[in-house]
Amino acid sequence: MARVVVDVMLKPEILDPQGRAVQGALGRLGLTGVQDVRQGKQFIIDIEGTLEGDRYDLMHKLAEELLSNPVIENYTMRVVEDAS
Amino acid sequence: MIPRVGVVTFPGSLDDRDAARAVRIAGGEAVALWHGDDDLMKVDAVVLPGGFSYGDYLRCGAIARFAPVMHSIVDAAKGGLPVLGICNGFQILCESHLLPGALTRNDSLHFICRDQELRIEDTSSMWTADFEAGQEILIPLKNGEGGYVADEATLDMLEGEGRVIARYLGLNPNGSRRDIAGIRNELGNVVGLMPHPEHAVEDLTGPTTDGLPFFTSVLNSLVGAS
Repeated sequence: MARVVVDVMLKPEILDPQGRAVQGALGRLGLTGVQDVRQGKQFIIDIEGTLEGDRYDLMHKLAEELLSNPVIENYTMRVVEDAS
Repeated sequence: MIPRVGVVTFPGSLDDRDAARAVRIAGGEAVALWHGDDDLMKVDAVVLPGGFSYGDYLRCGAIARFAPVMHSIVDAAKGGLPVLGICNGFQILCESHLLPGALTRNDSLHFICRDQELRIEDTSSMWTADFEAGQEILIPLKNGEGGYVADEATLDMLEGEGRVIARYLGLNPNGSRRDIAGIRNELGNVVGLMPHPEHAVEDLTGPTTDGLPFFTSVLNSLVGAS
């Protein structure tokens, strides 16, 4: 089994109101010096066999087209083999 | 000829019935379209209604974009079929890349529900032809993720080509860049609008009837063309 991890983050130039709200909460709870907080998503996808060839390419395509919106988000994808 | 206007129902659509009612009040025939069916039933135009398709999971409109009905609508829209996306429908149009940009979480983080003043900026689209340029209208707005964003080059292009069809007046409700409430595609057949004209089509239930011209515009365009 392969495990694919896709991280999706808003692009740096896109305002992240949720991150800003978390930043405010961290400060209110006593954490000093917080300069910025960005909130993103992580997808953990377990898939049979090894991820290579066409299936690897399709996973990348879907990470870009379904899991993220390239207009506002960047994604990174990494494959963790033999996660079991 | 009475134009047939399809209204799509996705799982989680809320305003499909109001949109169909607005079509009928404007003088058209409303045709129910189903997300899982790629048959557009020979409609002359399509409304993608507001709501929370697929629970807004992943991103608003991100899953609806891949519904069978959307494959047909995207193809037909590229061929000139008039399509109006309201609120969640606007989000679906952006996710489908029929319109540029994206809708993001309101900058206030609050869900905003109120009657909203708008200025109609462009009357060349098939959905705004019955307005006067610069006309100010009041229709309901209700969204949590209505902040319109695009890169500066895209925003400049939209402004330069007159593709901003409506702008918020007064306090910007959601942080939309350049107060943009709605845009159109290059051809003018596809329009996305965050506020809800379908809730302002008769005195009994709406704050005004200012939403009606969106629907009469497309009907008149279709009748004029036939």
